[in-house]
Amino acid sequence: MAMQYQIIPKAYRDSVALMQLSSALTQMPGIAQASAVMATPNNVELLREAGLDPGTVSAGPNDLLIVVQGEEAALAPALAEAQRRLSSQSAAPASPADEPMIARSIVMALEQGPANLALISTPGEYAAAEALKALNVGLNVMLFSDNVSAADEVMLKRHAQARGLIVMGPDCGTAIINGVPLAFANVVQRGAIGCVAASGTGLQEVTALIDRLGQGISQAIGTGGHDLSVEVGGISMLQGLADLAVAADTEVIVLISKPPAPAIAERILSAARACGKPVVVNFLGADHRALSGGNIHGVRTLEDAARAAVALAQGKAPQVESRPAAQSVPVTLNKTQRYVRGLYSGGTFCFEATLLLQEAFDDVWANTPTGRAHRLEDVWSSRGHTLVDLGDDVFTRGRPHPMIDHRLRNERMVREAEDPELAVILLDVVLGFGSHPDPAAEIVPAIEAARSRAARDGREIAFVGHICGTHGDPQNLQQQTARLSLAGMLLTESNAQAVRLAHRIVAAAKAHR
Amino acid sequence: MSTLFLPGQAIINVGLRSFAETIDRAGAQVVQLEWQPPAGGDRALGMQLAALVNHPRVEQANQRAYAAYLEAQPMLTGVARAGEVLPAFGPRMLLHAGPPIAFEQMCGPMQGAIFGAILHEGWASDVNGARQLAASGKVALAPCHHHGAVGPMAGVISPSMPVWIVENAANGKRAFSNFNEGLGKVLRFGAHNREVLERLRWMADALAPVMSAVLAKHGPLELKPLIAQALHMGDECHNRNAAASSLLLKKLVPAALMSNLPQSQLGEALSFIAGNDHFFLNLSMAACKAMLDAAHGLAGSSLVTAMARNGVRFGIRLSGTGDEWFEAPALPVDGLYFPGYGPQDAAADLGDSAITETAGLGGFAMAGSPAIVQFVGGTPAQAIANTLSMTHITLGRNHAFTLPAINFSGTPAGIDARKVLDTGIGPIINTGMAHRQAGVGQIGAGITRAPLECFARAIAALAARVGP
Repeated sequence: MAMQYQIIPKAYRDSVALMQLSSALTQMPGIAQASAVMATPNNVELLREAGLDPGTVSAGPNDLLIVVQGEEAALAPALAEAQRRLSSQSAAPASPADEPMIARSIVMALEQGPANLALISTPGEYAAAEALKALNVGLNVMLFSDNVSAADEVMLKRHAQARGLIVMGPDCGTAIINGVPLAFANVVQRGAIGCVAASGTGLQEVTALIDRLGQGISQAIGTGGHDLSVEVGGISMLQGLADLAVAADTEVIVLISKPPAPAIAERILSAARACGKPVVVNFLGADHRALSGGNIHGVRTLEDAARAAVALAQGKAPQVESRPAAQSVPVTLNKTQRYVRGLYSGGTFCFEATLLLQEAFDDVWANTPTGRAHRLEDVWSSRGHTLVDLGDDVFTRGRPHPMIDHRLRNERMVREAEDPELAVILLDVVLGFGSHPDPAAEIVPAIEAARSRAARDGREIAFVGHICGTHGDPQNLQQQTARLSLAGMLLTESNAQAVRLAHRIVAAAKAHR
Repeated sequence: MSTLFLPGQAIINVGLRSFAETIDRAGAQVVQLEWQPPAGGDRALGMQLAALVNHPRVEQANQRAYAAYLEAQPMLTGVARAGEVLPAFGPRMLLHAGPPIAFEQMCGPMQGAIFGAILHEGWASDVNGARQLAASGKVALAPCHHHGAVGPMAGVISPSMPVWIVENAANGKRAFSNFNEGLGKVLRFGAHNREVLERLRWMADALAPVMSAVLAKHGPLELKPLIAQALHMGDECHNRNAAASSLLLKKLVPAALMSNLPQSQLGEALSFIAGNDHFFLNLSMAACKAMLDAAHGLAGSSLVTAMARNGVRFGIRLSGTGDEWFEAPALPVDGLYFPGYGPQDAAADLGDSAITETAGLGGFAMAGSPAIVQFVGGTPAQAIANTLSMTHITLGRNHAFTLPAINFSGTPAGIDARKVLDTGIGPIINTGMAHRQAGVGQIGAGITRAPLECFARAIAALAARVGP
């Protein structure tokens, strides 16, 4: 192994700079060892001990001594590199201290300024801990994460209750607070109607319809679907109701949920009766007339909830029955075609459709049945009138939600089209933040594929559905409507109307036979 | 009235980034977290940690502990033999750095220092005898921290060695540290040859009496102002003590000249101090120990009152968990090596000197000592960033220790174990590197971090004590 040294006279560098230089030189190809030191007797002795003996050198403590050891050919370039490094004034990089460090915890985020809400969408196993931290530092919580245990939900909600805070969720997909859409939400104008909902798509539908009916939303609070269970006792809905009751900008309140256990329903209703504002209650599937009285207005569908709230906000008596869709149907069905097949991305839309369709038909099947509907044993194939919630866990395992990824529904549409008994394909199209940026681009080709599959057997299919969205939504409601209509989809104002239209088409075809 | 509808508040987004973008587009303020599962992904511990966040009892205890730390006034009052002043120091006992460790498990430098100390005490006549004695278990071994003391690197203190007495004027309690021997072949790096033993003898017989007489002449010496001044002169009082050592000498020289000691004796002692840029380190450590001991023992407090390494394990203590150590394997040090040495030669992180970081000096004060950040190829800007990053894991700023580079604000001080575990930001430690073999000495210097595992264990223990 060869060795070479160089003396740079009167070139003082501190020991750290020299250690850096040594380290850089040692890492060069072909260099076994390198050392740069001020040539004090002590340092020269150190070099000797390290096997880098330069021999007798005429250098003193203010002279810089560089010794490199390694392959012959590598020595000169290493010494040149040393020269280069010593002569170049290293340009200081931009100061990382100018910017605050990115927050790594909720406590750390609060160091940047006041906050009132934590939106948590971590994997479920860590979500409860993050929610607990948020509550402990005085933040309200929206818990988008699912897979949070019922025990943790109860613990968190009681913790929040004791502090005058609210936990929206777990599994809360939608909220609009102070006009800010959180997670999956539509862009709605602000107004006098406040909502509390145990259903994400239910809340989207009601807020979007209110917007399209010309009124606005003060606040839209989600509670998560489990809130009105006996275990949880509706803590979040009660808290939300209480918050809206005292909110000056809220004149009308809307409550949305599947029917709670009777004791919980009574607790909610008695709070609603005492809140001092008109309250529209939509317990999907409950006897809505029994709910009404005083300031409480029971309604049957999400659309009715929106219409009633809008009427009340305008100071009118609410119209509690939705009008049937009056639309001509440019589809001719042949006599085998008898059934409606609803393929839903929104769970509450599917639930509502299941309720409405069973009023007209006996043989309604669903993967998430309610009322008299039958449970679909094989969720992958339809029978009779079938309504499928494609957002159910069975379908989303390892796959994005159908509001984002349309593939599963598109495939199913084409498969349904093979069935000679199929009359109507019933769909929901959800716009807003979080949803697919251009649903029409996904759905139109599937409609065409399904139609041409049916045409091979000489059949036509009716495509019926509604768009849950507003003119403010990023997907452009007008364009989505135009493109879906052009593709032959019969669009109604609401899910309830779509279900009724589907029913009418099937009933009309039967009457013709 | 609920806070949910308060205007002008930010939303903290923990998880999916697209949600933050939506909020931002809507014109509201949002803080996106750089989130990772805290507590190493241990769900149960994560819940325990969450329950401790802003827990009233912990907050209250921390407030009191932190106030006691700030109020401490460490004064150098004198010098004595360790055996005479250290609490519960047995006659056949040796102290070492870090958490407890058996002789067999000790790293090379610490074993070497144990041999040296045995020889120094005359308990054995040669190294073999010392080894046998140490292995026989007939010499009691205990951490310095268990006896009110701290020692750099191996930190070995034997009964006849001189120690500094540092008294906290605020509570009258004392902390101790041994004398610094300088660089090269020294006991704290495990060397135990004749040169080392002769120096130890000289320090006990000649240096200690001089220091004792000089301090008697000078009177109690306030250490915090001296440290504060050194911080403005480029020291961080852990890995760089050049300014503090000079300042100390400046204080001592007039008193020394006015003492009645013979000039030759004075000359020898003062030359020794003048030749050692790290002379002040042990005083810095004892001062830090005194400040943190004042904060120790408050039930419920998550304040870290000690961080120490024995070359094998890194241990921490919390104010609220008594004398228990929470340990993890000591990490290697990232840094630069002296000529001829590399990472393969280095012992793992070693010494009680991380007490300085625990007290808001060292790595926490790096902004004032950019020379140190160069050990890892850093810049002055990074030194500042390092100091500022520590504000996120500490209870406050120590305004007795200001740094020009951060607009004269105080150093971040008072490590909160909860914040360390929640953010995953490990305390930064500036440190020297010892050769893995006894007696070779220091082979480099650099920067390391306290292992998060220690904080995980500490939080689990604190949670068990505090309860829900």
